[in-house]
Amino acid sequence: MTTKLEMYKTADNSKITTWFKAAPVSALPENGGACIKYKDLQIAIYKFSRRNEWYACQNLCPHKMQMALSRGMIGSEGDEPKVACPFHKKTFSLKSGQNLNGDCAAIATYPVKVEEGYVYVGFED
Amino acid sequence: MTRIVVIGNGMVGYKFCEKLRASAPASDFKVTVFGEEPWPAYDRVHLSAYFSGATADDLLLAPRSWYEEKDIDLRTNELIVAIDRDQKTVRSHTGVETSYDKLVLATGSGAFVPPVNGVEKKGVFVYRSLEDLDAIIDFGKKNAKSAAVMGGGLLGLEAAKAVMDMGLDTHVIEFAPRLMPRQLDEAGAAILKAKLEALGIGIHLSKNTKQITGNGKLTGLDFADGSRLAVDMLVISAGIRPRDELAKGCGLATAPRGGLVVNEFLQSREDKDIFAIGEVASYQEMVYGLVAPGYEMASQVANQLCGKEVRPFLGFDMSTKLKLIGVDVASFGDPFGEAEPSTSIVYENKTRGIYKRINVSKDGKRLLGGVLVGDAAAYGILLQMTQNKMPLPPDPEDLILGARGGKEPAGAGVESLPDEAQICSCENVSKGAISNLIKIDGISKVDEIKSCTGAGTGCGGCMPMVNDLLKQQLKAMGKQVKNVLCEHFEYSRQELLDLVKVKKIKTYDELLNRVGKGDGCEVCKPAVASILASTWNELIVKQDSIQDTNDRYLANIQKGGTYSVVPRIPGGEITPEKLIVIGEVAKKYKLYTKVTGGQRIDLFGARVDQLPDIWEELIHAGFESGHAYGKSLRTVKSCVGSTWCRYGVQDAVSFAIQVEERYRGLRSPHKLKGAVSGCIRECAEAQSKDFGIIATEKGWNLYVCGNGGSKPQHAKLLVTDVDSATCLKYIDRFLMFYIRTAEPLTRTATWLNKLEGGLEYLRDVVVNDSLGIGEELEREMAFMIQTYACEWKEVVNNPELRAKFRHFVNDTSGDPTVSFQEMRGQKIPAS
Ligand SMILES: Cc1cc2nc3c(=O)[nH]c(=O)nc-3n(C[C@H](O)[C@H](O)[C@H](O)COP(=O)(O)OP(=O)(O)OC[C@H]3O[C@@H](n4cnc5c(N)ncnc54)[C@H](O)[C@@H]3O)c2cc1C
Ligand code: SF4
Ligand code: SF4
Ligand code: FES
Repeated sequence: MTTKLEMYKTADNSKITTWFKAAPVSALPENGGACIKYKDLQIAIYKFSRRNEWYACQNLCPHKMQMALSRGMIGSEGDEPKVACPFHKKTFSLKSGQNLNGDCAAIATYPVKVEEGYVYVGFED
Repeated sequence: MTRIVVIGNGMVGYKFCEKLRASAPASDFKVTVFGEEPWPAYDRVHLSAYFSGATADDLLLAPRSWYEEKDIDLRTNELIVAIDRDQKTVRSHTGVETSYDKLVLATGSGAFVPPVNGVEKKGVFVYRSLEDLDAIIDFGKKNAKSAAVMGGGLLGLEAAKAVMDMGLDTHVIEFAPRLMPRQLDEAGAAILKAKLEALGIGIHLSKNTKQITGNGKLTGLDFADGSRLAVDMLVISAGIRPRDELAKGCGLATAPRGGLVVNEFLQSREDKDIFAIGEVASYQEMVYGLVAPGYEMASQVANQLCGKEVRPFLGFDMSTKLKLIGVDVASFGDPFGEAEPSTSIVYENKTRGIYKRINVSKDGKRLLGGVLVGDAAAYGILLQMTQNKMPLPPDPEDLILGARGGKEPAGAGVESLPDEAQICSCENVSKGAISNLIKIDGISKVDEIKSCTGAGTGCGGCMPMVNDLLKQQLKAMGKQVKNVLCEHFEYSRQELLDLVKVKKIKTYDELLNRVGKGDGCEVCKPAVASILASTWNELIVKQDSIQDTNDRYLANIQKGGTYSVVPRIPGGEITPEKLIVIGEVAKKYKLYTKVTGGQRIDLFGARVDQLPDIWEELIHAGFESGHAYGKSLRTVKSCVGSTWCRYGVQDAVSFAIQVEERYRGLRSPHKLKGAVSGCIRECAEAQSKDFGIIATEKGWNLYVCGNGGSKPQHAKLLVTDVDSATCLKYIDRFLMFYIRTAEPLTRTATWLNKLEGGLEYLRDVVVNDSLGIGEELEREMAFMIQTYACEWKEVVNNPELRAKFRHFVNDTSGDPTVSFQEMRGQKIPAS
């Protein structure tokens, strides 16, 4: 199981080598998330329509290793954008990846950009 | 500038650095820290979290950059091998010498390994550092099916839980005749043993290990009594041994049982420039193997060096609560009542696995200590009463039994604590400090208390008390402790429901824009979704991203990320033809099938992309959604009633179907269940339901607010001998009143328990219409019934909605990580 977790490493905006064209903006729900496949990775992308911001993170919840974060509800704690895992409602910051309501491992986050109607996710391959 | 050298970068060494830098400008002290381990100080107390996925980085007390910011020269991977007291230098294993003016030893301790033959064999480990855990995990995964832990103390049991969670067959070996011999008395330890055995851990007491057998790699343990135990792995947790070798090497006195001997200022006896803190210090022959006393020592020494006022260190309370094992265990003060003449009061309940003992002074005025097993909820407050020598209530047994006869528990609340009472022992935060923060600085959130004082950031055991204190302080200040939904809405659920109605708000976003703030969260989104659904009854998938995942995909998420499908079978009555359809569909999509407690059939293991296809077939055969995924009406269970049963007095099945179809799809603060029994024999178990109907010769008796689940509660009789139409009218009113007034996720039973006036009041509202809202409630229910539509039917027939049911938005394949194994001829999630 741990090897699966280890596949996900936070990508630093300044070190991106690949901008992966993930999906048209219209494929993502407003104020919600969806999952994309990139190589062997499952990445959750969230559209915060209210703030006009985008975030991406691993789809794998480190709590009980469930492929579920893209189906979680998003929201904020203070200013911090977050997602709640649908399984046991562990919440994670979408900026730092930290678990906000417990001591689960942090999740990996990835930069997102939107160009000409498409969402791109950045990876340091 | 004074040069300070700290040897050891563990929990206490780190705390010393933190305190020193917080109390004096960095220019006063040049600080060099040596740590033998490869990483900066980490949270050893939560070391076991490493097994459940925390990484080394997560456990760090502060990142490397912190040391840089604080201008602390941190040298990890460097072991100090000698102290030269004349030259005032220390030498590391690389030969580098560093001079000091003041030297702080914070070398902690190592695991004590008893001199048993064979401890050097492969497969024998200790449980102390991240490196130990890496080795255990690595070995356990590859080479072991079973493991023994030597030592049934606090740490040993923690280690046992960790190896058990790795899936190994686990045994605990204890030399003493009982577990946790230093904290628990015999009876308490016996209950703990029974509980651990129930978890599947083998407990072996009074075992003196003679040798560890095996050729190179261990294969088992031989005991002095001639018995033996075959295991593949051994974790030794038989106590700690202070790392005092440096002290010995430079002629400082060490205690017989280990540890550098210090005075009440934590200085070594021979050299006033050398201090020892944490587990390496021995004060009056005592080594303190917990973080709280270590932290206290660290701040004392930091204060002394800064020239601040110091309290001499005169010992420290060693009360403890066991974390992790899944069984509450705590021991506080003098657990055995041996230090002075005392009387003990014992409560024991073997069937529930609870043991509580308190020791009270002979004059009956003070609490001296005690033991709690199975239920340690009272630990915090009992510890405070002991430490602060607070007066006891007239019947001290109330402290462990809870008050009887409806009285408030005597003197057992935080309000009775004095201001000096230490609430958080890890960070040494007093009640007064927290109260002042609330009273003077106007702080009103738990998180702020945590970040301002550090309370609750250590072991977390004090959080219930911090919460209580906050509530009680706010209340005392006349601030209404308002039941607000969350940080995004300053309203209770009931207030929001009224706002939604009055302002005719139909979407979550509109409500957030008009009366809320921020982006919402997982608390308010589903709560508002439920309010909107039970006010407007519009298709919930239209606002899918505010729904809990079950409501978003109209199915119940299960382990492994697949969903289950439950078609409605009203009253539990089904034709053979429809049964066959369920069987055919399950076969076609390879679903696991099980009959539920609500008299219907659950189909498990469907991938999200299969859901619409499965439902298309079910709907085609005349099924509709069973709403098993929603906080809504689930089932109305029935017995076969007067049609077949020789005792039946009314047709229970027909009425159950009528009731289930009336309320199907009704969204509510929590799930709702009903049942109808055909006579007093109650075969449908109606009295355990939110509404239960039992047939009488003259009509029906209606019961409300029953509950199965973790806290079962019998339903209460609302009215007797009513006809069908009246019965439905009262259920309409009852359900609508509940939907209007209950907090989110509150079942009817809890709602009634909290309702002022209780059942009498509820009967007044529902039956006597004391609020004059009866007709309004019925109208609202009628609207719900008229506007009902099967959600799945809409999805199946709407390509746009159907398109949302896929795993990847950029690929048509399903989730490749979903996998199954077989059990009794059906599939279950792969483990
Ligand atoms: C699994 C586990 C669970 C625990 N649970 C609890 C709990 O629930 N509650 C509680 O209060 N306590 C608990 N403890 C105890 C607690 O962790 C210790 O009391 C605390 O860590 C002591 O801090 P310390 O700094 O004195 O020692 P340590 O944290 O051991 O740090 C000492 C450091 O010094 C280094 N060192 C030693 N000698 C040298 C040298 N010559 N040169 C350089 N570096 C050196 C060591 O490698 C080590 O990193 C637990 C301990 C363990 C192992
Ligand atoms: S409750 Fe009465 S009517 Fe129903 S099955 Fe039991 S005995 Fe028969
Ligand atoms: S009792 Fe527990 S395990 Fe069983 S279905 Fe309910 S939640 Fe799941
Ligand atoms: S699996 Fe995500 S919170 Fe438990």
